[in-house]
Amino acid sequence: MKERSVTHATFVIERSYRAKPERVFAAFSDPAKKRRWFTSDKEFQPETFAMDFRVGGRERSSFQTQGATCTNDTVYLDIVTNRRIVIAYTMTLGHHRFSSSHATTELVPSPKGTDLIFTEQAAFFEGADGPQIREEGWRKLLDNLEKTFAH
Amino acid sequence: MLSQQVHVDRVFHALGDPTRRAMIEKLSKGPITVSRLAKPLDITLAAVVQHLQILEKSGLVRSEKVGRVRTCRIEAKGFSVVERWIADRRSLWEARFDRLGELLAEPD
Repeated sequence: MKERSVTHATFVIERSYRAKPERVFAAFSDPAKKRRWFTSDKEFQPETFAMDFRVGGRERSSFQTQGATCTNDTVYLDIVTNRRIVIAYTMTLGHHRFSSSHATTELVPSPKGTDLIFTEQAAFFEGADGPQIREEGWRKLLDNLEKTFAH
Repeated sequence: MLSQQVHVDRVFHALGDPTRRAMIEKLSKGPITVSRLAKPLDITLAAVVQHLQILEKSGLVRSEKVGRVRTCRIEAKGFSVVERWIADRRSLWEARFDRLGELLAEPD
């Protein structure tokens, strides 16, 4: 398979929470709350986290993974209190910026509480392995299998 | 990350069984119904279905049922690097929204 230099993808995640939109929104707007769910101590070693929650404001976070620093650089594009948050963000590993995304979070009131709809349009750049795919072994295996089974 | 490891583990588990490898080899020649897949393997249909579930979970095989007939095929996407990137990014956010759910479940 010939690797393109930029790959685009869109995906949607939907969740239903037993909490009013105001509470869900607060988990996004309050740095102390956001940090608790946005970063993970179990999977990575979070290093920095700073946010300026306003249109045009930046949010930067980083964590250590497999001996390298992965950073997330976010800018807020649109904020409608308790309803919508739109961001653009890039991710880098070491000095290599490997993706750029546009993401929309919609909070919709529901009988249960809040429906959250997250839509991301992502552009992955050449070498966009990210922090996860560092082991060549199993990838080579799958690449070889792909070659074997390609028709 | 955790979800990536789960993905890798699932693929290795899927490929670690000779019957499943035989099934993948058969499927590489083209889509086939489950009953026709079972025939040369000389095992029960129930056993084939179990193997199939493991293969589908690993993302290597896809199946669909039309009427009473289930047809399987190789899921080329399962092997694609691009799909893994997308799956990883999606998994990253899925984990975040899981944690958000836990946070919201706590009394404020």
